[in-house]
Amino acid sequence: MLLIPCPWCGPRDEAEFHYGGQAHVAYPEDPAALSDEEWARYLFFRDNPKGLFAERWSHTAGCRRWFNAVRDTATNEIHAVYRVGEPRPVIA
Amino acid sequence: MSPRARTTRPPGVDLPDHPDRLWSPAEPKRAYDVVIVGGGGHGLATAYYLAKNHGITDVAVLERGWLAGGNMARNTTIIRSNYLWDESAGIYEHALKLWEGLEEDLGYPLLFSQRGVLNLAHSLQDVRDSVRRVNANRLNGVDAEWLTPEQVKEVCPIVDISPDVRYPVLGGTYQPRAGIAKHDYVAWGFAKAAADLGVDMIEHCEVTGLDVRDGRVTGVQTTRGPIAAGKVALAAAGHSSVVAGYAGVSLPLQSHPLQALVSELLEPVHPTVVMSNAVHVYVSQAHKGELVMGAGIDAANSYRQRGAFHVIERQMSAALELFPVFARAHVLRTWGGVVDVTPDASPIVGLTPVEDLYVNCGWGTGGFKATPGVGWCYAHTVATGEPHPLNAPFSLERFTTGKLVDEHGAAAVAH
Repeated sequence: MLLIPCPWCGPRDEAEFHYGGQAHVAYPEDPAALSDEEWARYLFFRDNPKGLFAERWSHTAGCRRWFNAVRDTATNEIHAVYRVGEPRPVIA
Repeated sequence: MSPRARTTRPPGVDLPDHPDRLWSPAEPKRAYDVVIVGGGGHGLATAYYLAKNHGITDVAVLERGWLAGGNMARNTTIIRSNYLWDESAGIYEHALKLWEGLEEDLGYPLLFSQRGVLNLAHSLQDVRDSVRRVNANRLNGVDAEWLTPEQVKEVCPIVDISPDVRYPVLGGTYQPRAGIAKHDYVAWGFAKAAADLGVDMIEHCEVTGLDVRDGRVTGVQTTRGPIAAGKVALAAAGHSSVVAGYAGVSLPLQSHPLQALVSELLEPVHPTVVMSNAVHVYVSQAHKGELVMGAGIDAANSYRQRGAFHVIERQMSAALELFPVFARAHVLRTWGGVVDVTPDASPIVGLTPVEDLYVNCGWGTGGFKATPGVGWCYAHTVATGEPHPLNAPFSLERFTTGKLVDEHGAAAVAH
């Protein structure tokens, strides 16, 4: 089980959280202007790296707030957590 | 010693011995007509049908570990074809028909056991969906029946059908031709048969790059050197995004851990396969006697072949809800594999934007049952450069055209 450091509550068990997938996916500014291919890309395609991944978590059984994390999907190590709206931190 | 113990043979005593070496490990040649990336069930079946159906034998199967050491060694071996949509019924029923003659075709025992599968319904909506699926299955020539709770109990006496539980069994669908097979033997059978036809099995050979020139794939980079290829067929399951990425092809996949577990060896108590989506677990009993159980994926993306224990706890509580008799059984072992999940819970089998590069991925939690069927169709796709009619609906383009094959929930798919 992951131990996830909620930015507000501190480290808590994964079972308290809800997963939100890839972070920093913005809704298209003008969806009607997109081609089918661009729309498909927004709707269905998400990054799936073996390595560092910026992702969303919600502390549903705690403060109930969303936040972002950078986790290595090859090791499950969490390198950073940060609040929604903040830029993705650079991991050396 | 009780009279019963004297007359009952221990479970597994009639199973065949561990086989001798079935294929010779090959040294990679400098070039092949077809390179298959991934030596799991799908890759091996594809190699076999390329050789058998299409006469293409200058083929290498590249595997980064040992043959069938990934999801092929980790799945819960359930075989069925009772999917809702026509497209799914087509390819899974094709697979089931091949399963029915596969031991003879490969000349190898697979312990293929058509003991049936029950998909339980626990709510009125479950019942409506299930009856609809039974009707759809019959229209597609797939055997299916709707069973009342009492009939469920007849098929599988250890299921608790009492009405006073949290999620009572309101009935279930039953596919008598469904069942299980011994996953290792399936892999070995395909590997041996393909190797006998001239296919090279190259283990401990990880693909680290794809050579693309002028929009066409020309070879692979591996930990055992470069290999030129006329065509490259990806069958890398959980690592499909990584491998396709080497050619700049992005796929609508997310890789997740999927866990399963077995109990200690028990006397035969479970005669069929039981699946439940609402009380999320699927259970069968292996020939040797272990109860084999699985459930849904771990929520977070990961390439680690292990998952979180709360997911196991949840599936165990589901199993106990359905089978109170399991309360005193011990968990012997849990494990995880990495599965590649698509947005519509249907696979992607076909062409890519790169010429001569083919993709077979996105089987998520349910690829084992399709092994011979997808091998057949994928081999056709690679050999002819055109999708087989049965895998044509599972193109990468469907995510752009919107013609999804949405099996989420529809097919009693357990996610």
